[in-house]
Amino acid sequence: MKMKLIHKLSIAAAVATVAVAAGYLPVMTAHASEGPEPTYERLDWSFNGPFGSFDRSQLRRGYKIYKEVCATCHSMEYVHFRDLGEKGGPEFSGPEVKAIAAEYQVQDGPDQAGDMFERPGEGRDTFPSPYPNEEAAAASLGAPPPDLSLIAKARNGGPDYIHALLTSYTEAPANVKVPSGGYYNPVFVAGSGVIAMPPPLSDGQVDYDDGTPNTLDQMSQDVSAFLMWTAEPKLEARHRLGFQVLIYLLALSGILFFATRKIWADQH
Amino acid sequence: MSGNSTYTPSNGFTRWMDSRLPIIRLGHDTAVSYPVPKNLNYWWTFGGILTFMLVVQIITGVVLAMHYVPTTALAFASVEHIMRDVNYGWVLRYTHANGASMFFVAVYIHMFRGLYYGSYKAPREILWILGCLIYLLMMATAFFGYVLPWGQMSFWGATVITNLFGAIPFVGQSVATWLWGGFAIGDPTLNRFFSLHYLFPFLIFGVVVLHIWALHVSGQNNPVGVEVKNKDQDTVPFTPYATVKDAFGLSVFLILFAYFVFFAPNSLGDVENYTIAHPLKTPLHIVPEWYLLPFYAILRAVPSKLGGVILMFGSIAVLFILPWLDTSKVRSARFRPLFKQIFWLHLAVCIALGWCGGMMPDHVLFSVGSIDFTVTYFARILSFYYFFHFLVLFPLLGLIERPKPVPESIAASVLGGRAAPAKA
Repeated sequence: MKMKLIHKLSIAAAVATVAVAAGYLPVMTAHASEGPEPTYERLDWSFNGPFGSFDRSQLRRGYKIYKEVCATCHSMEYVHFRDLGEKGGPEFSGPEVKAIAAEYQVQDGPDQAGDMFERPGEGRDTFPSPYPNEEAAAASLGAPPPDLSLIAKARNGGPDYIHALLTSYTEAPANVKVPSGGYYNPVFVAGSGVIAMPPPLSDGQVDYDDGTPNTLDQMSQDVSAFLMWTAEPKLEARHRLGFQVLIYLLALSGILFFATRKIWADQH
Repeated sequence: MSGNSTYTPSNGFTRWMDSRLPIIRLGHDTAVSYPVPKNLNYWWTFGGILTFMLVVQIITGVVLAMHYVPTTALAFASVEHIMRDVNYGWVLRYTHANGASMFFVAVYIHMFRGLYYGSYKAPREILWILGCLIYLLMMATAFFGYVLPWGQMSFWGATVITNLFGAIPFVGQSVATWLWGGFAIGDPTLNRFFSLHYLFPFLIFGVVVLHIWALHVSGQNNPVGVEVKNKDQDTVPFTPYATVKDAFGLSVFLILFAYFVFFAPNSLGDVENYTIAHPLKTPLHIVPEWYLLPFYAILRAVPSKLGGVILMFGSIAVLFILPWLDTSKVRSARFRPLFKQIFWLHLAVCIALGWCGGMMPDHVLFSVGSIDFTVTYFARILSFYYFFHFLVLFPLLGLIERPKPVPESIAASVLGGRAAPAKA
């Protein structure tokens, strides 16, 4: 009698615990940060899924947007010019990479006189920061614009978040007070919907060479994909090797399964 | 490693070796002729899996350390250098980072298996305690390792954990300063954490050797929890029986591991750690890695900081005295109807504690009238049960529970399982 009661109680408690945990799991992700809930679209990226890979033309368009728009304020300090020509990325040709790098002036030195000097960029250089230091970067908008090398892995939602952020600037509702110099963007949870970055993209802002319509949505997607590549430049190699490893392990497990069955056969 | 050796050197060289350094004999006795209960199930393959994971972590870690720079100015950049420029550096780092998680998945399964089948009871108390020591060392190693990439969560996690020592009465602040090597977390802290992160796995390795030694003295427990009575009827030699079964278990485990490394390498980590540490920017929500969340929940559940620290360490300390808290004569939960219920309840409580650890503490679960039931309240109830389970139910159950009849021997249970329908 007593045992049955304890049995029932413990099962009920276990079920309740699991139910509570399961029920609140989705809420956890949404409420992990205070402020308005981020609700944004999950896009069907070319790099999603175990066989996903980057769309070269999209990465090239995204790079154009980074160069013409984002790079004005945002650094990309972990990305080298040479990376633009690596396999699995935008795959610019050698001369193209050289030309891209040479458009930038890079500080080098000290020379024999002990002076620093500027020279055109080369493949081995990283993208130079638009500001001389963090203080200078913070001066214009209050906080330094974040480095974009890893941004797609440094935000929940990754490229979906970036795309949503770039396309969700809107008029502030009546109950939200936006200080002067700020903008309302409900996706920007870290600032409770108030963001210092002015809307960076608008329809038709960047001219595409490949005939893709340069709408705000298209440009936001392209630059988000590009930033996914800068954050995870080995994604394609990872997917490829992962597939091979899994095939190998599945075959090995199969062999070991039958080996185990055979060896244990005389014991059962 | 002990007992009567059945090894006979077969040629001149092995005879010569055997009378000088009987290392081939040791290997033979440990991994070939060692008798294994024939009724072990796949939950027993996790010991081998854990040994494998330790070796994986040490090998990947040693290579990563060749490229990593333990200074606050360069640590984050050196990790990115590994990810981008070192040949297959991304495989090494993702394997090492996800390997830590997989290591804990395996160790939790291994520990709960021990709890379910009563593997901690006499004569395996030392074996169990050594295991608890390995677990404690693993948590310390994982914590040190998490600090090394010098991301936001590295820095703030280190801040939270080292500040815990500040709760020690009178000397707390001095202890914290001593641990940091300064008045705040900085270069000396990172450098010593790197040193300790490199040292601890070898300590773990040493304790693992003792753990396996102790295991081979007492022999393995088994699902029915009765000792081996007749070696010929109850056991099979380790090779080929356990070797092939462990290899199969490991291979299946590696599929899960490979899935995370290659297709979801960042799903178990925190996005904050891809932002370089900034001592003036506190993240909204500081959380440890998933495997430490239950302890974090216990820590936060207590209103007093010192009390929280004591309970958190107490929740691990209680595991060390488990063999003497359990009063039941019967090992396996298969024959302990009440114990089996509270085992699952306790597992659910641990998972729920982990969930609480990942939530904002003042998050409201539900409201009754004007009273808000927050995550903190839920964590308090769960923490209470965690200790109640070990300190009250463990001793009590052995006294009031009426266990089911235990089979006479392992061989009888294997044959009986064939003849009559399984009762468990």
